[in-house]
Amino acid sequence: MAKDLTQELKFRDPAKARALSEAMQRNLDAIGREVSVMHVCGSHEQAIARFGLRAVLPPQLKLIMGPGCPVCVTDGPEVDEAVALAVGGAHVCTYGDMLRLPGTARSLADAQADGGKVHVVYSVAQAVEVATAHPAEQVVFMASGFETTAVATAAVALGPLPPNFSILSVHKYVPAAMEVVSRSKESNIEGFIAAGHAAIITGYALFEPFAARTGAPVVVAGFEPLDILAAIVKLTDLIRERRPEVFNAYPRCVSRDGNLPAQKVLWKVFEPRPGKWRGIAEVPDGNLDLRPEFAHLDARRRLSVDTAGVRDEAAAGLERECICGPIMMGLASPHDCPLFGKACVPEAPVGACMVSSEGTCRIWHTYGGAPDLRRVEGRAAGQG
Amino acid sequence: MCLGVPGKVLAIDGLSATVDFFGVQKTLRLDIVDEPVAVGDYVLNHVGFAIRRIPPDEVQETLALFDQILDVSGARADLMAMDVQGEIAAGAAPAGAPKG
Amino acid sequence: MEKDGLKPGQKIGLKHGSGGRAMRQLIEEVFLELASPVDGIGLGALDDGAALRVGDQWLVITTDSHVVHPIFFPGGDIGRISVSGTVNDLAMMGATEPMALTCAVILEEGFSRPDLERIRDSLKATALEAGAPFVTGDTKVMGRGEVDGIVLNTTGVALTRRVVSDAGLRAGDLLIVTGQVGDHGMAIMARRHDLGLSGDLRSDVAPINGLIRAALAAGGDDVVAMKDPTRGGVSGSLHEMAAKGKVGIVLEEQRVPVRDEVRAACDMLGIDPLLVANEGKAVIGVRAASAEKVLAALRAHPLGRDAAIFAHAIAERPGSVILDTGLGRRLLTEPEGELLPRIC
Repeated sequence: MAKDLTQELKFRDPAKARALSEAMQRNLDAIGREVSVMHVCGSHEQAIARFGLRAVLPPQLKLIMGPGCPVCVTDGPEVDEAVALAVGGAHVCTYGDMLRLPGTARSLADAQADGGKVHVVYSVAQAVEVATAHPAEQVVFMASGFETTAVATAAVALGPLPPNFSILSVHKYVPAAMEVVSRSKESNIEGFIAAGHAAIITGYALFEPFAARTGAPVVVAGFEPLDILAAIVKLTDLIRERRPEVFNAYPRCVSRDGNLPAQKVLWKVFEPRPGKWRGIAEVPDGNLDLRPEFAHLDARRRLSVDTAGVRDEAAAGLERECICGPIMMGLASPHDCPLFGKACVPEAPVGACMVSSEGTCRIWHTYGGAPDLRRVEGRAAGQG
Repeated sequence: MCLGVPGKVLAIDGLSATVDFFGVQKTLRLDIVDEPVAVGDYVLNHVGFAIRRIPPDEVQETLALFDQILDVSGARADLMAMDVQGEIAAGAAPAGAPKG
Repeated sequence: MEKDGLKPGQKIGLKHGSGGRAMRQLIEEVFLELASPVDGIGLGALDDGAALRVGDQWLVITTDSHVVHPIFFPGGDIGRISVSGTVNDLAMMGATEPMALTCAVILEEGFSRPDLERIRDSLKATALEAGAPFVTGDTKVMGRGEVDGIVLNTTGVALTRRVVSDAGLRAGDLLIVTGQVGDHGMAIMARRHDLGLSGDLRSDVAPINGLIRAALAAGGDDVVAMKDPTRGGVSGSLHEMAAKGKVGIVLEEQRVPVRDEVRAACDMLGIDPLLVANEGKAVIGVRAASAEKVLAALRAHPLGRDAAIFAHAIAERPGSVILDTGLGRRLLTEPEGELLPRIC
């Protein structure tokens, strides 16, 4: 079948990638020192890692993954709530990403292994189907993800739903985290790459006061390799010229005001509330909770969620030593952490950076540091 | 938040669309996309919802944007120089020789 | 609320069966103790099968238990996968003429007899395809709920003059994959998670001993390592070959053949095709001088039309598998646990 949308080839052209890489190098040379920039999206990190883009960035440019993986920043006690519900006999539906995230003691996968009715779903609609299929039992959808995903939850919440269906919201709001990072006195982040798909919903106007206030330019980027490289070139341009502006490098999907019907749906159902992000402490306006009008759909209000039987208080103590916060802001490295590789390992992670396959600590632990693959030979002789 | 994949709309039934992703079809909901969607349009999928109708000229628009970014960064001249150098280097190899 | 007083770390989890690092660790920590010295390749080698010297030949033995769900899936069923899996494991060790197969089945009370006969038909047809006779078996029935539907175990034996292990790679060798990757795992995943995906996602399950025979005839002793990328995908196979051969491997992503539908499904679910299971493919390590010959022989065979040279072994970074994406380079992750669809 014909591929009309040939973006795959055009947005992955190695010649263009090289040109963009060289443009970045020129900017960094002109700036004349190390520059740290941050992106706040797990899928950006996935794309960067998947295409091996860090191997083509200038050595003086540090591209740090900020608190952009909703899995990593979902706090232990929040997962405990879902585990408690599963242990208590309810069906718990979750996106695949969250299945293995540990609470303070156990994950939903552990609860499943113990006989809990945990279902991996690809969409909220699927969770509703589970509720329809088990009318006599409670079915809870653990709603995780950032604002893009929250819109889907909200759209479903506004529609007709079976009475045994409820939502446990652990949705997070990313612009709030960018604020926390920028306000940290020691943060040396000079620019941000904003997540393209969240911006489809929110638009990019909301970054303008942020850029003006913090002096850090923001570039909205898509997810193809050239999208990311072009966005970084633009960001380093703006840093070099000291222009704290917002630039939309993803115009095919993102507009200034965003998707207004989607925003309406989102804020009709959810409201921002302060929340504790795993490893980062309090983020004002960081959590998205169901509004009081939707109390009937709120698992926390409808069902009794008692985490006493699934919580591990000792683990809460370990979190105090976790330095994921400074790591996510580029102020520390995993080796600076007393827990790294000892009490905090991929099989038993404490902080956000070790939970996700995209987290800094996880990558360092898996590969024994930040691997430099620049000088590995690429092609074998004689291959046609 | 993030995983969004583009696909082509094959059929629409109310607020539901059958969308094709290079040979694999899925039903998406159209509740939150902010423009009317027609058969033949491309949409971006996120967890079973279309979140954006992608305009048909987006490939050209985006390539033009990359060129603009390179332009502003003064890389254009170097890219052309690279192409020329590449051709010279290629010209030195016998025709039909395997490329590395 | 631990029912049995065991902490999570003291219990077997699903990850221990998925062919990745956790499974390898379990085998090394628990089962390796069963190994004792044999004249040949035994348990300690953790290869696809065992090879015991008998006269001037080798007797190759392999065993597999099959618990795939759903038991009927696009492209095949548990019967076909049982025979193919075992025949292919023998072939991976160089034994492409299976002498005999066994079939032991554990059935759940209430299992459908028509389904059982359908599976039997599939076992028969696949065995015929592979030229492998069934010679003995076993039948057990357990109570309703005590086992999930059906568990099939097949053991295969074959004689061969030359054993090919998975440890033979040296720096400079090239790696060939015999066809498109990711078909089986994506067909299963689409059905298992009821993802509402329709399209031509079908398993590639097939016995490939004929295909491998052609490769060995063409390459002879220059075929130095072989593995079938089942659970854990191509990544799992490459990691094992790199670790056992004490070489690094550089793999070129753009040379890996993948069907459009499989790539689309993988993109949608956030899954890397290199981690997805295959049931009718092989990864073959060849001395560079014979690579083109072996490639030609594979492509001449109906099951090898899409074969491609896609990687090579290097001296640096032994045990690591490096992915050249065309735009950059990264380390390819080892498969870990069951693959799950991602949203982020």
